[in-house]
Amino acid sequence: MRPVSFFRASSIDDAVAAVSGHPDSAFLAGGTTEIDLLRLGVVQPSLLVDVNDLPLTYLEDTDDGGVRIGAMARMTDVARAPRIVERYPGMSQALLLGASEQLRNMASMGGNMCQRTRCSYFRDPTSACNKREPGSGCAALTGVNRGHAILGTSEQCIATHPSDVAVALVALDAVVRTIGPDGTRSVPVEDFFLRPEDTPNVEHPLAHGELIVAIDVPDLPLARTSRYVKHRDRASYEFALVSVFSAMRVDDAGNVAELRLALGGVGTVPWRAHRAEQSLIGRPATPENFAAAADAELADARTTPMNEFKVAFAKRAIVRELSEVTS
Amino acid sequence: MSPVLGKPVNRVDGPDKVTGTGRYTGDIVLPGLAHAMIVRSAVANGRVLSIDTSLAEAAGGVLGIMTHENTPKVAAQPKLVPSLAGQPAPGESFFPMQDDQVHYWGQPVAVVVAETLEDAAYAAALLDVTYEPGVPVATIEDGRNAAYEAKMIFGGLMPARDERGDVDSALADAEVKLDLTYHYAANHHNPIEPAVTTAQWDGDRLTLYDSTMGVRATQLTVAQLLGMPLSDVRVITHFVGGAFGSKAMVWPHVTLAAMAARFVGRPVRLALTRAQSFTSMGLREEQEQRMRVAARRDGQVTGIKHEKLSVTSPFDDWAEPATGSSSQVYGPENYLGTHHLIRGNTMTPTFTRAPGESFGSFTLECTMDALAYELGMDPVELRIMNHPPVDPHGNAWSSDGLADCLRSGADRFGWAERDMTPGTRRDGNWLIGTGVAAAGYPVAFFMPVQHARARIFHDGSVIIQTSTQEFGTGVATAMSQVAADGLGVDMDVVRFELGDTDLPNTTSAVGSMGATMVSSAVHNAATTLRNDLIALAVNDDASPLHGLSPSSVRVGDGRMTSTLDPSISESYADALQRNRLLDMEALGSWTPPPFDTPHGLLTFGAQFAEVAVDKDLGLVRVRRMLGVFAPGRVLNPKLARSQLMGGMLWGMQQAIHEGNRIDRQSGRWALNSLGEYLVAVHADVPEIEADFVEVEDDVVGPLGVKGVGEVGQVGAAAAVANAVFHATGHRFTELPLTPELVMSGLPG
Repeated sequence: MRPVSFFRASSIDDAVAAVSGHPDSAFLAGGTTEIDLLRLGVVQPSLLVDVNDLPLTYLEDTDDGGVRIGAMARMTDVARAPRIVERYPGMSQALLLGASEQLRNMASMGGNMCQRTRCSYFRDPTSACNKREPGSGCAALTGVNRGHAILGTSEQCIATHPSDVAVALVALDAVVRTIGPDGTRSVPVEDFFLRPEDTPNVEHPLAHGELIVAIDVPDLPLARTSRYVKHRDRASYEFALVSVFSAMRVDDAGNVAELRLALGGVGTVPWRAHRAEQSLIGRPATPENFAAAADAELADARTTPMNEFKVAFAKRAIVRELSEVTS
Repeated sequence: MSPVLGKPVNRVDGPDKVTGTGRYTGDIVLPGLAHAMIVRSAVANGRVLSIDTSLAEAAGGVLGIMTHENTPKVAAQPKLVPSLAGQPAPGESFFPMQDDQVHYWGQPVAVVVAETLEDAAYAAALLDVTYEPGVPVATIEDGRNAAYEAKMIFGGLMPARDERGDVDSALADAEVKLDLTYHYAANHHNPIEPAVTTAQWDGDRLTLYDSTMGVRATQLTVAQLLGMPLSDVRVITHFVGGAFGSKAMVWPHVTLAAMAARFVGRPVRLALTRAQSFTSMGLREEQEQRMRVAARRDGQVTGIKHEKLSVTSPFDDWAEPATGSSSQVYGPENYLGTHHLIRGNTMTPTFTRAPGESFGSFTLECTMDALAYELGMDPVELRIMNHPPVDPHGNAWSSDGLADCLRSGADRFGWAERDMTPGTRRDGNWLIGTGVAAAGYPVAFFMPVQHARARIFHDGSVIIQTSTQEFGTGVATAMSQVAADGLGVDMDVVRFELGDTDLPNTTSAVGSMGATMVSSAVHNAATTLRNDLIALAVNDDASPLHGLSPSSVRVGDGRMTSTLDPSISESYADALQRNRLLDMEALGSWTPPPFDTPHGLLTFGAQFAEVAVDKDLGLVRVRRMLGVFAPGRVLNPKLARSQLMGGMLWGMQQAIHEGNRIDRQSGRWALNSLGEYLVAVHADVPEIEADFVEVEDDVVGPLGVKGVGEVGQVGAAAAVANAVFHATGHRFTELPLTPELVMSGLPG
C-alpha cells in the first residue's frame, strides 16, 4: 500500500501548522472527491490532515444581515437550513441538485469550494493533463470533450468546474474566509476560482496550509426570489450540461432593475454572467433582450465539435429562465 | 398441476440478498488468500518495449509480478464459440501476456500479486511500462475503407449473410421506398458487481470461485487453456451480482487468476475494478446499420435490405447478428441481410443484453414507423398486417402472439386516442409523443443435453441440483416451483442447489434460454423421481397403494393418493422409511430439439412508450412504458415481470443515455466510470408496466417456457425513439438520443 500518514486535527491552528509544515500534505474534509482521486492516483499526498473535528459546522447571521457558513457545514445541512431556504432559495436548490443525498451528507461547504474537475483525462493518470501534471499537455482538447467548458478556457485546459453551489455563490458575491500560516484573509469568491490560463494546476489563490474556515454570503433581498435550474442528460445524479442561477427584479416600467446571473457546466470556473447582467440592467425585460444578453455572454465561447451545442443550449436555457422569472 | 407453478412467489434467496448473508464471489475468503491486480496497456496498438518492476517489487507486500516474459504459455487457445454451445468459450480467441504485442487499450500486460488488495493496487501503479505505440484503428470512421463482408459471425455459429428472393428488384419496382442509415454508440454492460475470480490449487487440482453466467463454460475454457482434464477443474458460483452478457463468456482474467495462484503458491483473488470492466469483458460494438424497405401502397412490405457495419477485434469475426428480426418478424419475400466488419484495436465484442436484436430491431422498428407515416397508416396495424403466420422457411411459429401483444397493448395504452400527426401534444415546455415497436427474440437450441438431479430424503425433504447460476434472474425460486410441481411436494421442503460444476450439467444461462433449459431438466428430474416413488409404492405389499396402476395415483403435498379413492394414500416419507431407504434420487435429462427444428422460433412482444421532449433543449424524458409479451408458460409472473421491466428500462436508457465514446487518438474508452457512462437512475424511471398474453408452446420443452431475459429490452428503445418522432416530427437515426442531437431537429 502507498503509505499515507493521517492526522486528525483538533484545532484550526494545529491543522494549519500540520499542513504548512509538510510540503506534501493536504487537508481532508468530507473526502467525497479527494478519496476518489487518491484511489485513482491523481493526487498523492503523503500526509492527510483531517479537519472534520474542527468547530466549523456553524451557520450564523452576520452583523450586516448576511449569513456565515462554517467550512465544515455539510451540504445537506446548509441546503435545508431555514435561513438559506428563505433568504437564498437558489443556493439551497443548487445544493440539492448536486451529487446525491448520501454524498451531500458527507461533503462539506469548504470542500465543495475545492472540488476538482470531472474531466476524464484529469482523472486518468495515463492521459496527458496539464492540471494533473503541468507541461504534459491536454488530451481533452482533441479528445472526448462533450462535457468540457466553453468559457474561460485556455490552450492548456478546458476542464469544466463541476460545482453547483459555487455558481450560486459567485452570483451572490460571497466571500471565502481563510486562516493560513500568515494569518486570516478574505477572498471574494470570484477571485477564489482561477481560470486555467497557463497554470491550470493552480485553481485557487490559497497558500499551502491555508484553510478555508467560512463562506460569507452577504445580505441581498433580491436573492429571496433566486432560482437555480440544472439541465442534464438524466434526471438526477449527474453534473450539469448547463445550469443557471438567476435573481431578477423588474421595475414597474418593465425594465430590469436588478439582476444576478451565473452559469454552471460551461465555464472552467463557476461563471458569473457579468456581460449579460450589464447588458440587461435598465433595459426592458423582453425575450429579445434576454437573447441578446445571452449572446453577449457567450460571444467569447471557444468550442469543439463535441461541445459547441452548449452555446445554443446555454442561450436557450438563459432566455427560458429569465422569461419564466419575468412572467 | 400444483398451484405453485405460475404463482408470483417471493424469491427464496431474497432474505439472503437483502440482509447481506448471501455470499458473492468477492465475499469468499480462503486461508492465505492473496490479491491480484491487472496492469492494463496504456496504448491501443503496438508492443511492450520494457517493463521495469523494480519499484513495484520494492513496495510492501508484493508476492510476484507476472509479465509476458514469465507468464506460462497457454496449452491451447480455444476459438471463440458462444457459451450456450457447451464448448470452451473464451470471450476472444486470444490470450494476453504470451508475447509483447498490444492489440487494444486495456489489454493485460502484467499481473501483480500481493498480500492485500491495496498492496497489489499500489504496486501495479508503480510498474513502469514503456511501449512502441502504433496508430490505433478505433472507430468505424478510422476503418471504413478497410471493411469486409464477413462469412460467418457469432463465433462461426451463424452465416453472416441471409438472402432470399431478389431484394434489389423489389426495391427498384417498389411503390414506396425508404432508405435510412442509423448510427449506434457502443454499449458497456456495467453489472453492479464487477467480475471477480478466486483461484485455489490443491496439487494439480484447481478450484475457481468465479462470477459467471456459466460455471461449465469457465471449467471447459480454463481446462483447455491450462491443458488440464475437466475432472481437475471445479468451478463454483453462489450469487452473481448481475451480468447482462458480460459474464457469458470466459475472459482472460479468469485464467490469469489461476495462473497467478500457481505463480505465488497461494489462493488468489483477482477482482476487476469498475474502470477495468470497460476493457476486460467485451462490449456491444459501435455500429452503423442501413435499411432499405420496399413496400406497396397498401402497406405490404415486399423487400428489406439490411446492412450492418461494425468494428471487431484483430482475432475474431464477431458481430452481434443484427438481421434476425428484420428477416423474420415481417418475413418479406425479398430479403438481404449482411454484416460487414472492420478489424480494429478493440477486444472482441460480446453478448450484451438482447445481442443483435437490440440495435437490429431498433433499425427495423424505427424504419417500420417511418413507413407507417409515409403511408399514413396506423403503426400498430401496419405491423399486424405484415406479420406472417410462418417463418421465412414456411414453418409455423412454435408459438406466436405478436398480434395479440400489439392489440392488447394498444388497448391498455390508450393508442386509439392518439392523433398520429407529429408535434400536436404539448405540456408546458415539453412536447409529448407516443410510440410503438414490436419485439422478437430468438429461441436458440444449440445447447447440449441438460441434466438435473432430484433427491428426496426419508423425512420428505427434497434437494434439486444442477450446475446453473443465479445472477439476478430468480432461477432458484422458479426452479423450486418447477420441482415442487413435478414431484408433488410443498415448495418449502425443496432446496435448490446450483452454481457448481460438481453438479449435473446445465449450460451457461445465456441467450434467454436459462429458464427453458433448466426448467426442462428439473421438471424431468422431478417427474422421474415422482414416477419412481409411485412405482415403489404400488409394488410394495405393505403400501396402501399396492396394486394400483401408476396412472391412477396422483401426488401432492408430499403424498401419493389414489385417484379412485382419496382415502387410499400415503406419504413419500412413509414409503421410503418402510423400505429402509434413507433417500431416493433420479437424474432428469432434456435433449433440446435440433437447431434446425422445423418451427419458427421467436419470442414476441410489443412495446409502447410516451415521452416528453424539451422543446428548446432537446432533453428527452420517458413518462410511460408498457410492454406486453408472449413468452409461453410463465413460471413465476413476479420474477418474469421484474426481468421484463428491467429489460424495458435498459432499452429506455439505451435510447436516451447509454453510449461510450472512444478517444480516437489513444484508442481508449473515454467513459470508464458510472459517473460518466450514463445509465438510468431511479428518477428516470417512468410509470412502467409489463404484462403477458398467453400462448401455448409444445416445442420449446416439456413446460412450454420461453425466456424473458432479453425480449423486454427488444423494441423498447425503438418505441422511445418513435415517440420522440411523434413528439417532434423529426426522425433521429442515432443512439443515444442526446440533447444536442435532438436540439438539432428543434426550431429553438
